[in-house]
Amino acid sequence: MLITHSRIHSDDMSLLGRMRQVAWGQVVLICMLASIGFLCLYSASGGSMEPYASAQFGRFLFALALMFVIALIDVKWIFRSVWLLYGGTIFLLVLVDLLGHVGMGAQRWLDLGVMKLQPSELAKVTTVMALARYYHGREISEIKKLKNLLVPAIIILLPVALVVTQPDLGTGMAIIFAGTAMLFAAGVPFWLFILGICGAVAAVPIAWQFMREYQRNRVLTFLDPESDPLGAGFHITQSKIALGSGGFAGKGFLEGTQTHLNFLPEKHTDFIFTLWAEEWGFLGGIGLLTLIGMIILYGYWIAFRCRNHFTRLLAFGLTVNFSVYAIVNIGMVMGLLPVVGIPLPLMSYGGTAMLTVMMAFGLIQNCNIHRDSRLPRGA
Amino acid sequence: MGIAISAKLAITLFMDRDQEKVDSFARRAFIVGGLQGLGLSVLGLRLSWLQLVEGDRYTTLAENNRINVRIIPPSRGQIVDRYGVPLATNLQNFQVLITQEQTEDTEKTLRELQSVITIDEADIEKALKLIKKTPSYVPVEVRDNLAWEDVSKIELNLPHLPGVTVQAGELRSYPYKEATAHIVGYVGRVSDADKMNDKLLSLPGFQVGKSAVEKKFDLDLRGRAGRAEMEVNVHGRPVRQLGIDPAKAGARVVLSIDAEFQRFVQQRLATERSASAVVMDVETGEIYACVSHPAFDPNAFSGGISTMDWNQLRDDPTYPLNNKAISGVYPPGSTFKIVTALAGLETGEINRGWTVNCPGHYDLGSSRFHCWKSGGHGMVNVVDALAHSCDTFFYKLANQMGIDPIAEMAKKLGVGQLFDFDLPEEKSGLMPDRKWKNEVKGEPWHPGESLNSAIGQGAVLATPLQLATMLSRVVNGGKNIKPWLAGYANEKPLSVTTEQAEDLGISKRNIDIVRRGLEAVLEQGGTAYGSRISEPGMTMGGKTGTSQVKRITMAERAKGVRRQEDLPWHLRHHALFVGYAPTENPKYACCVVVDHGIGGSAAAAPIAKDIMLEVQKRDPKSKILAKNIEGTS
Repeated sequence: MLITHSRIHSDDMSLLGRMRQVAWGQVVLICMLASIGFLCLYSASGGSMEPYASAQFGRFLFALALMFVIALIDVKWIFRSVWLLYGGTIFLLVLVDLLGHVGMGAQRWLDLGVMKLQPSELAKVTTVMALARYYHGREISEIKKLKNLLVPAIIILLPVALVVTQPDLGTGMAIIFAGTAMLFAAGVPFWLFILGICGAVAAVPIAWQFMREYQRNRVLTFLDPESDPLGAGFHITQSKIALGSGGFAGKGFLEGTQTHLNFLPEKHTDFIFTLWAEEWGFLGGIGLLTLIGMIILYGYWIAFRCRNHFTRLLAFGLTVNFSVYAIVNIGMVMGLLPVVGIPLPLMSYGGTAMLTVMMAFGLIQNCNIHRDSRLPRGA
Repeated sequence: MGIAISAKLAITLFMDRDQEKVDSFARRAFIVGGLQGLGLSVLGLRLSWLQLVEGDRYTTLAENNRINVRIIPPSRGQIVDRYGVPLATNLQNFQVLITQEQTEDTEKTLRELQSVITIDEADIEKALKLIKKTPSYVPVEVRDNLAWEDVSKIELNLPHLPGVTVQAGELRSYPYKEATAHIVGYVGRVSDADKMNDKLLSLPGFQVGKSAVEKKFDLDLRGRAGRAEMEVNVHGRPVRQLGIDPAKAGARVVLSIDAEFQRFVQQRLATERSASAVVMDVETGEIYACVSHPAFDPNAFSGGISTMDWNQLRDDPTYPLNNKAISGVYPPGSTFKIVTALAGLETGEINRGWTVNCPGHYDLGSSRFHCWKSGGHGMVNVVDALAHSCDTFFYKLANQMGIDPIAEMAKKLGVGQLFDFDLPEEKSGLMPDRKWKNEVKGEPWHPGESLNSAIGQGAVLATPLQLATMLSRVVNGGKNIKPWLAGYANEKPLSVTTEQAEDLGISKRNIDIVRRGLEAVLEQGGTAYGSRISEPGMTMGGKTGTSQVKRITMAERAKGVRRQEDLPWHLRHHALFVGYAPTENPKYACCVVVDHGIGGSAAAAPIAKDIMLEVQKRDPKSKILAKNIEGTS
């Protein structure tokens, strides 16, 4: 009975059948979050569609279409091309590093003429895909073995190493976070993570040695923003003032003084949450956090519904990735975490970030549609 | 059935292997999800902390960010004389400013401006340097003190001068210049120490009173600053005006001075190298003129005085910066004999009939004290002694009664006393007595010192203001009047003594005896007969004084006294005269001091005569100082 039931799902793989399986609830939530983003960008440019809101809206429509395309592709194709995609990402990262060295400075993108491709953004998605692919065919007894940790470690650390040298510490950290969460969920022994946390703490002084001056300053300023009230600490201090002065109900749409008198830096990108909470207050801020929480919950729901390990891990990993970005960004603007230059997914102004996030949601939707698909076991 | 069971078993086995993975994933994903939930909760808590608990604090900080309060300087109050004639007022000071962001090429515009009005090359360079340091929207001063025609030239050419504006500021102006410099004072830039905690004082170009009335009543004159609240962006640039609270101009301070009379006195004193004079009301204590010559032009300070000019004023031996009428301390010389005579009469040591034979000197032990008249005055009573200024009479009197009654009377009459006068530069002088000698010098009083003090020499030091007050208190019948200068700030009385001056308890009969002596000074045979006033009802009484700057030694006296005219100027005697008029029902008292003027009767008395004649003709006393006076300009 169970088999028959599942076969009904798996067999109805017509386009319309797949469309019917889209988790429309999550799509609505995503559109709501993006719309809040448009409102913020409209406000950031002083009550005008130009230059941010209209551009962002166009990108979102394009990204939404891309999301549906990715969602509707047969998961078997994706499953088969994981290594190719991962390998391609690594190649692009190396290419960017080489060009960056030639160009004497930090280089994060490849100019494709029509748009700038940021391979580090791609790496966030393809690393998760590669890990899901690796653990799909593994038995739990195999996973517990220490020697089988070598390949996943390489899968994670290879892109991290390339991203960090760009240098893009924020993305590197995000890949490590999501990767670690996947190892954990896949069943890697518990004590290893305890050991890992201890090791990470011990590595802090060593990492300090390798940090660049501006990265060190970010950490120092985070620890004591008042030490540099006019320099780097200015951003954190002004962001906290903007948030706090929003109060319970906010200052009103287009009425945020910190925003409109330019006390708030980077209001259309990294500090967009602050703009929202200044104008819409605690009600708006909590509403936004709830919305983000619901999108994450939806991701978990999809992961738990999946009946094969690849889509299960993929949906989980990409959801973790989204939540890491959201939580780190908001924690950063609230002065809880150091300023690392991580955008708020779906809201911050920017093309590549939007594209990557929507690609990830496309994959999550794909997992939902193909939750009952049978995928080959072999590696 | 069997097949079904085995199939089911196979599925279960297969499921079991998979189920272990699923369960492990479920448990662990639940933990990760829990951590994410925790993270979001922490964010929610942080948000409520910032917005709900600390919201008010951050709202204040945001308002402080946003609102910039611009101080509007108040217009400084006028200082006027008793008739409302302005002594200190404000002139419009036109400045030309340039705003960098409104012009494409600042230097080109400045060159263009230079072709319209004259601007020094140094001013152009200064402005260009300042522009680099200031935000582009803040106007920078190019030149000030523009003439009317300069302003109209700029207005005419404004289309060719982008970013150029003309701003009207205020410049303190003193129409009476030198004549009132010492009583009105001057204004200057605020010193750094005063700038602390006061935004008004920190305004560029703001000026405060630096001396005299400008300093003493600075708070009244300053007024209250206004405030304009501006919304500014992160660069401090004003976006819009939120509210305005206009400035309140400073109070108009009314002085008891008669400005034209003050000018007359100043011009009369200008015949001497260095001199000072005070003219006051014997019944009210109000000052009609208070002049110190030479003086300075206070207008030079308003625009900022050069170091060279300042040094020249400071180092001048005639002290043009000092008001000698209130801060110059002189041995009062024979003018002090009024005090000694009254002390002798009041203690009962002498009476009208008490006489002394003056042989030209008085011997105290082995010391011989000389009378100014080497041949002696013969038999003199107290009236004669005052009229002829006989030293011997007072030597004998002082030797009999000692210093203490003299010092007591002197202090009662104001010598060596501070009056809490309306000018902060007031000095106290000194009236020595036994106690003072003992405490300050740690030595016993020498009887010879009483003799020197009795004729206003030795350690006795008094200001012209004190001597005029002393004479006033005598001729008004012993009333304890106090000198004052400032009447009202707007309608608020400043130092006006409305209550009746208390009686000093001096016998009217004794006062009349002294007044008889003072009248005799200007009668036939008196020391100032030559300076008498003969207009009926305007007659003057008074006392001459000549005070030694340098002691005449025995050796010099033996050689024959050197003529004063042969001494260097700064060693010559000071010439003094205290006078009052009219002799019946006195109204006015004066003190004239000619520094190193050699002789009171020759140098000071003629000036006093002219002054006292003039004051009686003008008769400022006939117009009571009113709260509301009609200004004449």
